[in-house]
Amino acid sequence: MFAYYLDLALRSFRRSKALTALVIVLMGCGVATCMVSFAVFRAAAADPIPWKSNQLFVPQIDNFGPAHNWKGEPPILLSYTDAMALLHARQAKRQVLIYGSKWTLLPDDARQPPFPQEGDAVSSDFFAMFDARFRYGGGWSVHDDDQRAAVVVISSALNQKLFGGADSVGREISLDAHVYRIVGVLDDWEPRPRFFDVASTYYPFDHPRQLYLPFSRAIDLQKATSGQFYCSTNTVDPDLPDWSSVLHSECAWIAAWVELPTRTDAARYRDWLRNYAAEQQRLGRFAWPPNVRLSDVMQWLHQDNFYVIPKASELSMIVSVSFLLICLVNVIGLMLARFMRRAPEIGVRRALGASRGVIYRQFLTEAAAIGLAGGVLGLLLTALGMAGIGKVFEPEIARQARLDASLFLLTVLVAVLATLIAALYPTWRAAQVQPAWQLKSNG
Amino acid sequence: MKATMQLHPILAALRRHKMATLLIVLQIALTLAVVSNALFIVKTRVVHLSRPSGTDEAHLFAIDNQWIDQPEVSHIHAQMRADLVTLRGLPDVRDAFATQGYPFGGGGRVIRIKRRIEQTAKPQLAFTYFSDEHTLDTFGLKLVAGRNFRADEIGSLGPNDKVVPAVIIITRNLAHKLFPDGSAMGQRIYLRDDGPSTIIGMVDRLQGSYAGSGTRSIDEDTVLVPALRASPDDGVVYLVRAQAGRLAAVLQSAPAALLAQNRMRLISPEDGVVTLAQARAKAYATDRGVAIMMGAICVLLLLATAGGTVGLSSFWVGQRRRSIGVRRALGATRGDILRYFQTENALIVGIGVALGVALGIAANLSLMTHYELPRMPLWLLGVGALLLWLLGQLAVFGPARRAAAVLPVEATRSV
Repeated sequence: MFAYYLDLALRSFRRSKALTALVIVLMGCGVATCMVSFAVFRAAAADPIPWKSNQLFVPQIDNFGPAHNWKGEPPILLSYTDAMALLHARQAKRQVLIYGSKWTLLPDDARQPPFPQEGDAVSSDFFAMFDARFRYGGGWSVHDDDQRAAVVVISSALNQKLFGGADSVGREISLDAHVYRIVGVLDDWEPRPRFFDVASTYYPFDHPRQLYLPFSRAIDLQKATSGQFYCSTNTVDPDLPDWSSVLHSECAWIAAWVELPTRTDAARYRDWLRNYAAEQQRLGRFAWPPNVRLSDVMQWLHQDNFYVIPKASELSMIVSVSFLLICLVNVIGLMLARFMRRAPEIGVRRALGASRGVIYRQFLTEAAAIGLAGGVLGLLLTALGMAGIGKVFEPEIARQARLDASLFLLTVLVAVLATLIAALYPTWRAAQVQPAWQLKSNG
Repeated sequence: MKATMQLHPILAALRRHKMATLLIVLQIALTLAVVSNALFIVKTRVVHLSRPSGTDEAHLFAIDNQWIDQPEVSHIHAQMRADLVTLRGLPDVRDAFATQGYPFGGGGRVIRIKRRIEQTAKPQLAFTYFSDEHTLDTFGLKLVAGRNFRADEIGSLGPNDKVVPAVIIITRNLAHKLFPDGSAMGQRIYLRDDGPSTIIGMVDRLQGSYAGSGTRSIDEDTVLVPALRASPDDGVVYLVRAQAGRLAAVLQSAPAALLAQNRMRLISPEDGVVTLAQARAKAYATDRGVAIMMGAICVLLLLATAGGTVGLSSFWVGQRRRSIGVRRALGATRGDILRYFQTENALIVGIGVALGVALGIAANLSLMTHYELPRMPLWLLGVGALLLWLLGQLAVFGPARRAAAVLPVEATRSV
């Protein structure tokens, strides 16, 4: 029976070529625009660590106060004072402090020019918390943290550059004219976006980190952050004449993460945070009641006060969905025209005993066939669009967007489903055709 | 007159095709709402794309120079002076100076300016560039009033020193904000409470170092601070202006000359040397991308709407061949039939446009709250409405002409 409907559909395509072509082109364009935007949006908005994104949390503590915070929200980073308090309290399964920094790598060979490397100063739990994959060696211990050890974990890219990809654990490199012992070489591990860096660096999608060094050592070396550093959201930063005044300031520049495996842990931690802020208020450091937040990975990446997902990507998603919607309205009209043109044929079929259900099946089959054709065209256009997105979106994000099997399927699925939905009303109208009336008016 | 006479049969006919009419109205309304908002976003973005920075961008480039091994501040000062001598001595270099940021490249500082120390009103924010007597020539700036810095006015600052220059040069925009009566020259203002700075010169225009949306209101409020600032952590930016036509050559020779002078520095091979043209392209890449995409979607949308109108009108004409034949037989001219379909389309598009204006304003209001867009001017909706109305007339013309070609004899035929 299905084959018969397809045959009928093909016949009807042949009879109204222009109308069919128009519907297919509309569906193709609408779906392709949506898919290209979606591919970019997905690249920027996907969960970077799906297996434990609901166990990793960012604590925020308002040390700016209502006069200097942003619309009542605490700063997105911590001051050194709060960061250290949180690290030493050990109230979570794991806790990590992070800030971005730039280092100068001086090659052993004096003829080679020194080159810059971007790194993160992190505390020792970092690698276990974010499930960093190692090719050689591993992270460093809490003991190394306490000793401010001169150890470093390097990226596989840097290992390739310096040691030709060989196991370099135990070897030494010179950073800022200090010698560091390599304890680990990462695998090709580079979450996109680098969600743990989102607040502390300006670039969650580019500037990959090549170095990870102990936080305590970077502080000792008075290594300034290469990322965000702000002391208020509405006035200019105060004078900070030396490193000690930076550490004692109420300026925000350190990213903190805590790992809380269960809901109870999270609830308990939230209480602890509130108590900590209340304690600071009692001590006279804060002149305002506790204002703290604890957000998991996805809440953190999707909050309003900073934009991981580029606004351009969100806007383009809105505009292209609107575009698909308008195409659909258009398609409903055109389908209505197609189907109603065939009222006499429907009348004859109904008079010869076809039930309403049969008419439904016939016309929905036809719609699905059109949708499929639209989907195939949409795929071609999507592939074409993906080739050109580097010109429209930030290249770092556009590079992440790929036309993979799931997007492939989704394109066709959306096209067929959308066309079917658009065909519902026209099909209903077609099924309402009264056999007697049609036959008479044609008589 | 004729048009009003035709309205009644048109309305009667539309009542018989409620759903189809509704669909076209809906489509026109949605199209107007989306196209007007998309064009508005393009407009807000394009304004910034074309704004001049005030500098001789075609010949300017920046060298981001970092120091290795945290040298002493006095050592850095000496090195910077030597570097500037080296750079200015290169054959293809017109001029150069040392600073900490450049237009589109970030790295500038924001300062608060008060007219009096005891002032309680909100201070004026502005961008600063560390400068010397070569800055005006390097940027390619013209003084519109006052004089340039003298060599003896250039201070030496360490990383944590306060910026309290005795003299400054400011942009016309900032001068106007501080002294709306036009009396800026020779006035004393406070960058800090520690001491006043006298305005000795005014330049026409100089953009601050950020191109982002957060600082847009002070983008052209810039202060030149006469100082050589040495910082072991932040490094220094050398801005270099090449002789006409020699930019490509200097891009290679300038960093090479600096490294030959002293190896203990870092000029990143990837992004250590940036022309202002590159910086501009990078800073505005997203803006341009959004503009291109919105433009493309608008064109597609209008084409889709036109296509839909052609399709549905053809269908209507096909359905009504018999009644058209009857009207022709009863004495209606071809022109009458043509006008009938044109008027019908104008009416439908009119309703759609009315709905679309409301939808468009609603969409703009919600975008204003979520994306910090300004309010859309109403004339833009008017332009969109006119565009759609013309497009509708154009789209219906073909089917209407075919309708007009129906012969009166069709009245006697069955469909």
